Amino acid sequence: MLATIPVLVIVAVLVFLLLRITPGDPAAILAGDAASTEQIEGIRKTLGLDQPLPVQFGIWALQMVQGDLGESYYYKVRVTELIAQRIEATFSLALVTIVVAVLISVPLGVIAAWRFGGWFDRFLMGFSVFGFSVPVFIVGYLLVWLVSLKLGWLPVQGYKRIDAGLWPWIQHLVLPAITLSVIYIALIARVTRASVLEALGEDYIRTARAKGLPESRVLIKHALANAAVPIVTVIGIGIALLIGGVVVTESVYAIPGLGRLTVDAVLARDFPTIQGLILFFSLIYVGVNLLVDLSYVVFDPRIRY
Amino acid sequence: MNLKRTLVALGITVAFGAPISLAQAQTVLTVVPHSNLAILDPIWTTAYMSRNHGYMIYDTLFGTDENSKIQPQMVDTWTVSADKKVYDFKLRAGLEWHDGAPVTGEDVVASLDRWGKRDAMGGALMTFVAKMEAVGKDGFRITLKEPAGFVIEALGKPSSNVPFIMPKRIAETPPDKQITEYIGSGPYVFQKDEFKPGDKAVYTKFAKYVPRKEKASGTAGGKQVHVDKVVWNLALRDYQAQVNALVKGEVDIIENVPFQHYETLLKDKNVDVRKTKIGLQYMCRFNHLHPPFNNVKVRQAVLASFNQRPFLQAQVGVADLYKPCPSMFACGTPYGVATGSDIQSKGNMKKAQELLKASGYDGTPVVIMKPTDLSSIDKLPEVAAQLMRQAGLKVDLQAMDWQTLVSRRAKKDAPKDGGWNMFCTAWVSPDIDNPVNNAALPARGAATPWFGWPEDAKLEELRKAFMMETDEKKKIAMAGAVQARAFEVATHAPVGEYTQPLAGRKTIKGWMTHGLAHTYWNISK
Repeated sequence: MLATIPVLVIVAVLVFLLLRITPGDPAAILAGDAASTEQIEGIRKTLGLDQPLPVQFGIWALQMVQGDLGESYYYKVRVTELIAQRIEATFSLALVTIVVAVLISVPLGVIAAWRFGGWFDRFLMGFSVFGFSVPVFIVGYLLVWLVSLKLGWLPVQGYKRIDAGLWPWIQHLVLPAITLSVIYIALIARVTRASVLEALGEDYIRTARAKGLPESRVLIKHALANAAVPIVTVIGIGIALLIGGVVVTESVYAIPGLGRLTVDAVLARDFPTIQGLILFFSLIYVGVNLLVDLSYVVFDPRIRY
Repeated sequence: MNLKRTLVALGITVAFGAPISLAQAQTVLTVVPHSNLAILDPIWTTAYMSRNHGYMIYDTLFGTDENSKIQPQMVDTWTVSADKKVYDFKLRAGLEWHDGAPVTGEDVVASLDRWGKRDAMGGALMTFVAKMEAVGKDGFRITLKEPAGFVIEALGKPSSNVPFIMPKRIAETPPDKQITEYIGSGPYVFQKDEFKPGDKAVYTKFAKYVPRKEKASGTAGGKQVHVDKVVWNLALRDYQAQVNALVKGEVDIIENVPFQHYETLLKDKNVDVRKTKIGLQYMCRFNHLHPPFNNVKVRQAVLASFNQRPFLQAQVGVADLYKPCPSMFACGTPYGVATGSDIQSKGNMKKAQELLKASGYDGTPVVIMKPTDLSSIDKLPEVAAQLMRQAGLKVDLQAMDWQTLVSRRAKKDAPKDGGWNMFCTAWVSPDIDNPVNNAALPARGAATPWFGWPEDAKLEELRKAFMMETDEKKKIAMAGAVQARAFEVATHAPVGEYTQPLAGRKTIKGWMTHGLAHTYWNISK
């Protein structure tokens, strides 16, 4: 846990410095197209951007240790409030995506390993190449065209909060989650297949089969359980990547989540919001990795911390 | 048993989001604006989204009709003294703020004072103003030091910054700080609690708004509200997704139809595609501070090479939507004349090459900034670069995102030190339709408010004379003189006009597509 602190400090310093050396002036962006140079200079002063860098960093760092990520230049709202407004949409999308991906990919990977070299195995490998190669937005547009516009089954865009009802919530998440899960299905299925294939070659599998256990029990109880560590690792990394990496899907489906907020903040050079989001994403990465590490104990009793 | 059944029904209702029937059905208009709404103070910024937000919740003293004529809006009557130095205004009866307080002359004076410190045209007006004061509860007076011919035009200007009227306590916010309270007297009430930046903005009908009796026209006339609520969908910014949502009927209006989708949408039987009556003008701006564009002859050579058609064909592509225009003040507006434009409108590449040769151009590269992420103008720099190369200039086309461009264009440094020589942009016609508000025309060197910093005393004199003139016929001739001088010294290059198509469901009635700004009164569905 303590290792989290230096990680966050390094991230904070790096993000702060990188943003300051990137071209783009938040004051010029805020002022609008017809603003004069004097107006832009005035805004720069108001935002404190005319202060030396160490002073700017000191002010921000002081706020940060008090749990305050500052105020968005662009929206004039606390960054913590902006994140709170967007977190549900992104977490919902990530959760449904990962659930869909795991429910589909793990059985596929196990079956492919079981039928190694057969048509199903080859099909899955072909699908995984497709899943990795096709850009997310193409999958998104195709699904929208077919499912929403041609069949009229699901909405084209938008997000409904869970407090608006379970059905509207699911209805708005199905297509984005399928779109996003394609790549994760490909990834997790491949890793599952490789891990299970390795486990199936072990002596204890031969013993289990020799004892006359049903094949399903051999596969799930013995092969999959022993292959779980790399699969859980990939799923964990997937969750962490999803939280910050849903930008394209959020754009195609107009989901007001953290991905869109990040893009908007970067385009507007909204320094406090970018800094706050990157720190938040770092925290999520560290937290998810910690949970993954802890889960190893459950799947492999030989691991001790 | 009944209780059990009721609980089950309630559970299903809550879980699956079926509407609880106690709520009355409301008419909700869902609009996809052309951009994101971030800044809620339309006086503090010139951003068009903030201006459109302003039109929802604030009212104006005067409006501009579809024929670009100024008409009274909050003002009922007004008089001008014989020496044309004292303007007395009386407000309409029944004007009320969203919090129930009456609108007073003091509110107006405070609002104009703040606007005059932010807006270029407002600032020009304030150089003439000796005093502004409230007269009684519902009147105000503007006393000028010397006659000015654009008092009413300034008060009725339809685009950024629009002189929106705010309550005195809000208008007293220092002009360099944003307001934090959003109370207006306009046709809609802003629902601050429902505002989610980057997601949605919600406006509800202001029941006590008293519209004018006249028919709505432009930003003038009766602002009748026929819907209960207007929701701006700020999350839907992917163009393809916008078009999909409109076709499926999930939204009612999209403000910005990409040119590549224009003809597809025209074929959709449920969608009404419209062109705005008033369009936009593309322009390329020279940086007058540094070589080679500190040499007037080089600028003239570029003007001669800038045939507008290639710009329009490359950028817009749909012949229905563009037209070349020789005027710097937008064609179809009162001052949209061709006076003095021959250097460009009758220019050609041979002439450009001759002018460049005569200029003594030494091969200094021209740094053109090209925004890669703004599809509405991203092809203009490519065309400009090609035409300039053909004329004989050496061009360095530098790609960057728009936000980097707007930051960099504020720099007065030499191009080799991070400055620039040229960028291209687009303006809505009301922002450039006269010598006072056209930001590309002030010519006070480094003190010029807008980027590019031209310097020409004669042009400044002509603009000042225009500001002081009160006779409309003379003003047209004087605007022509200003334009002729601007072409002569090549302040900038207008490179054609276009209309930005909008699209809405055919169920929408009374939709106004004047193009002065996006306004949402008069609409029913």
